[in-house]
Amino acid sequence: MTTTTRTSPAELEAALRDVPDPEVPVLTVGDLGILRSVAADEATGRATVTVTPTYSGCPATEAIAAHLTYVARRSGWEVDVVTRLDPPWTTDWMSDAGRERLRRFGIAPPGPAAHRDGRSPVELHLTRRVVACPHCGSHDTEELSRFGSTACKALRRCLACREPFDEFKAI
Amino acid sequence: MTSRTTTPADPATAAYLLGLADDAMVYAQRLGEWLTNAPQLEEDMALANVSLDLLGQARALYPRVGELDGTGRGEDDFAMWRDERDWRNVHLVEQPRGDFADEMARLLWFSTTRLELFSAGASDPVLAGVMAKGVKELGYHVDHAAQWVVRLGDGTDESHRRMQAALDRVAPYVDELFTDDETVLAVPEADRGPLPSQLREHVVRRVDRVLHSAGLTRPEPGAWRAKDGRRGIHSRPMGSLLAEMQYLARSHPGATW
Repeated sequence: MTTTTRTSPAELEAALRDVPDPEVPVLTVGDLGILRSVAADEATGRATVTVTPTYSGCPATEAIAAHLTYVARRSGWEVDVVTRLDPPWTTDWMSDAGRERLRRFGIAPPGPAAHRDGRSPVELHLTRRVVACPHCGSHDTEELSRFGSTACKALRRCLACREPFDEFKAI
Repeated sequence: MTSRTTTPADPATAAYLLGLADDAMVYAQRLGEWLTNAPQLEEDMALANVSLDLLGQARALYPRVGELDGTGRGEDDFAMWRDERDWRNVHLVEQPRGDFADEMARLLWFSTTRLELFSAGASDPVLAGVMAKGVKELGYHVDHAAQWVVRLGDGTDESHRRMQAALDRVAPYVDELFTDDETVLAVPEADRGPLPSQLREHVVRRVDRVLHSAGLTRPEPGAWRAKDGRRGIHSRPMGSLLAEMQYLARSHPGATW
């Protein structure tokens, strides 16, 4: 029988926050703001980890929960991963360090999330938001598609360096 | 949620939530059929993304229904192991994939109505969470549909003709979205938010605004209107939709990979 030395609650939380997002691995779940809280009970060795999905149907949610469980066990903890939808995730929770890593990875980081209460008028015109190209920094970019390779991204291209790039949608 | 308390059985709320979950599940299946069939690759991805958002709503709601109706059923029990008469979705979402314009007409009506309902909130904690999350996503779906309806309606003669024809074809299925059926009336007013009939005015006004910008006309429904989806009465396409959706789970029960 092997026994694993249990890490401190602070070390557990740091290890959990460092779990990478499976689809955008330069970001950790801590950077993304989807790891909402870690409640660790030293007496029992159990921790409750609360996560919130980026999108309701985000297929990465289960992979993230499995990875969190693995990391916790490796640290000598048993965890319950709880999914909470409310308050809904917003890109405003993304850390500055995460935004910079996204840009260096070639994905334009999200701008401030628009307030949407569901009753604002529908936008009927193709608006031009200013998004800087993560490759060359030019602001001369255009939207190709409002939906990208994952639920959290849109597709753009730079008219200066001609490179296409993903933009993390602000929600 | 964080505490594992026993939820008292509440069949009325369960039946109401089942309708909302089934609308999302069935429409997610129809939208997923656009993969490799949309007019552009970007639109394949867009409609698959919309589909995933709705699938996520259904997946969150089904276990809650199983909790409230006392059966303890989970998401697969609801999605894969119910026969046609047990489904509570409206007819609009089960209709076969038509012209791309038909899909945009359907998406505009469906997402505008659901956004209006979700914006009102609810007292059930799981439904409230799905709604708070869904408002952001549905707003994006409404925008997407509205932009296509304007682009097609205000485009060429051909695109205008086909967009108007699509609105005409979808019209008989719209009324059911605003019908106060037995399941919604059985839930106490404080728990469920607005009735479907109370959503109509706002939704029609918002859709009209889009159609006006597109130079399109909102058709008045004719004598025949779809009804009774919430009672488990469905149209012919529902059977083949379920056959395709449930085939794998029923042929290989418990299959994992």
